[in-house]
Amino acid sequence: MASGLEKLADGRWRLKTDAGTELIAPVIVIAAGGGSFVPKRPPVPHIEAYEDRGDGVGVHYAVRKMDAFRGKNIVIAGGGDSALDWTINLAPLAKSLTLVHHRDGFRAAQHSVNQMRELEREGKVKFHVASVKQLHGEHGKLTGVTLSGADKKEWQLETDAFLPFFGLTIKLGPIAEFGLNLHENLIPVDTAKFESMTPGIFAIGDINSYPGKLKLILSGFHEAALMAQAAFHICKPNEKLRFQYTTSSSSLQKKLGVHA
Amino acid sequence: MKIIATDRKGAEHVIEGRDGWSVMEMLRDAGLPVAAECGGACACATCHVYVNDGWYEKLSPPSDAEVDMLDMALAVEPNSRLSCQIVCAEALDGIKVTVAPE
Repeated sequence: MASGLEKLADGRWRLKTDAGTELIAPVIVIAAGGGSFVPKRPPVPHIEAYEDRGDGVGVHYAVRKMDAFRGKNIVIAGGGDSALDWTINLAPLAKSLTLVHHRDGFRAAQHSVNQMRELEREGKVKFHVASVKQLHGEHGKLTGVTLSGADKKEWQLETDAFLPFFGLTIKLGPIAEFGLNLHENLIPVDTAKFESMTPGIFAIGDINSYPGKLKLILSGFHEAALMAQAAFHICKPNEKLRFQYTTSSSSLQKKLGVHA
Repeated sequence: MKIIATDRKGAEHVIEGRDGWSVMEMLRDAGLPVAAECGGACACATCHVYVNDGWYEKLSPPSDAEVDMLDMALAVEPNSRLSCQIVCAEALDGIKVTVAPE
């Protein structure tokens, strides 16, 4: 994922990714839609303090190393396939595993629900109609959670790891830090070039905004075509742009692999 | 009909509801912070509201698809609904909803 953008002395851009890759280009086109999909974070106070605290402890929105959860007290929240799959897979490793969900029913696959119920009968999983209201710990080390049941009665549970599985939501992410004069999380552009206020940075699709904007795929194609015309002049300042149609241009047909 | 909507800061808004439109559309058009990422297709749970003061019982019950999708919502309560699935009608004049936390 793009994590940083800076302008070089020669006018080009250097884009860095979170994996450490650097890309240098004369033009940047942002076609990020509404942003990127990130896990939904439950509205539990100070939950961020327990994130990224290492394998098997604290708050996790995904499981990378199953073995890290061996011997841990685990609380899983949610009722979809992820919640049920990890309940089933981690129960044999965990010291204790508690699944909480807001109702006694699940949208997960019936087969998974049956397996979870079986584990519950065997006493390997505890299930409560409840939600996690608070996290307890010190210096980012999770030690317990407060659960609130359907009757609003609250109780605490010793917990090393809390795994909420509520699906994904869209967050704008690092684009917000690119200095593009965002307006309500959208990038204002002109409608001749679809260029942002920063010359050389274009924005097309759902991420941009301009008077009359319609969030349609059709509009996105139109924006891409006009952007490409403008970007060409920046990328190849000494070349003449030749406007052609795929119906008649053999060079375009060759590029597309549809040459007769 | 009118929708009485409470935002996440506790402020109350009285919003005019258009017959046949969804409550989600009305909240969004009034500028309330309802993400409604899927655009009203009952596919994302980001238009989650609480229906207050006895209005929950006056609504037609949620479909199986809505009940399933509420599993992906945060801080679900017994009066939780997806506002894209509530259709404005005169019978709901004065309905009270609160935008659920993000």
